[in-house]
Amino acid sequence: MSDIKKFMYVNRKAPYGTIYAWESLEVVLIGAAFEQDVSVAFVDDGVYQLIKGQDTTELGIKNFSATYKALGDYDVNKLYIEKESLDARGLTLDDLMPLTYEDENDNWAEKNSIRVVSSQELAELFEHSDVLFNF
Amino acid sequence: MGIEVNGKVFETDEEGYLSNLNEWTPEVATAMAKDEDVDLSESHWQVINFLREYYEEYQIAPAVRVLTKAIGKKLGPDKGNSKYLYELFPYGPGKQACKYAGLPKPTGCV
Repeated sequence: MSDIKKFMYVNRKAPYGTIYAWESLEVVLIGAAFEQDVSVAFVDDGVYQLIKGQDTTELGIKNFSATYKALGDYDVNKLYIEKESLDARGLTLDDLMPLTYEDENDNWAEKNSIRVVSSQELAELFEHSDVLFNF
Repeated sequence: MGIEVNGKVFETDEEGYLSNLNEWTPEVATAMAKDEDVDLSESHWQVINFLREYYEEYQIAPAVRVLTKAIGKKLGPDKGNSKYLYELFPYGPGKQACKYAGLPKPTGCV
């Protein structure tokens, strides 16, 4: 395997209404097969993608929120949530689904994948990424 | 396209994956396997049932790497390896087993 690159996927849109969130999730899952260093950021309305208790019955489309819970299985375990975006929407970490992964190097201990970061910290993460995808 | 089971036709896509996963019954799996000259054993069913449970929980068909790891955790390391799974499903455990399970083609399967 050649050099491992840092991939950053940035989600800025609410989960339904447009196809961006689902497309992004699929690209992340497909990209995970290439064993790169993957991070996913949730900014602006993108934070709604991780909200608890989503119900799409009235929309008549598939509720894919459960699929975020599979990210850990795909070794995607760096999920950054922008604090300012949560604050602006009156949300806290408690409003989001808990997302975890099992650490292979630590006897499969279950660990938290979600990290709340400031926009300043996020900007630095973007700065240090090799590839940036915007959704 | 479609597959006929006990006189009822189930719609499939051009690769033979069931169009509506809610229509799935074990007989559909048996018929799909028979078309490919496969007799489903208890070991096949373990994987098929595992996939259906995985889809129920996560709403996706897992990539083969993820499937292998998860099977190993649930059914033991002697089953959680690609040799064992490829012996059961020589066309690829992701593609073939997902098809029999009535799931779409796995996400991450090009």
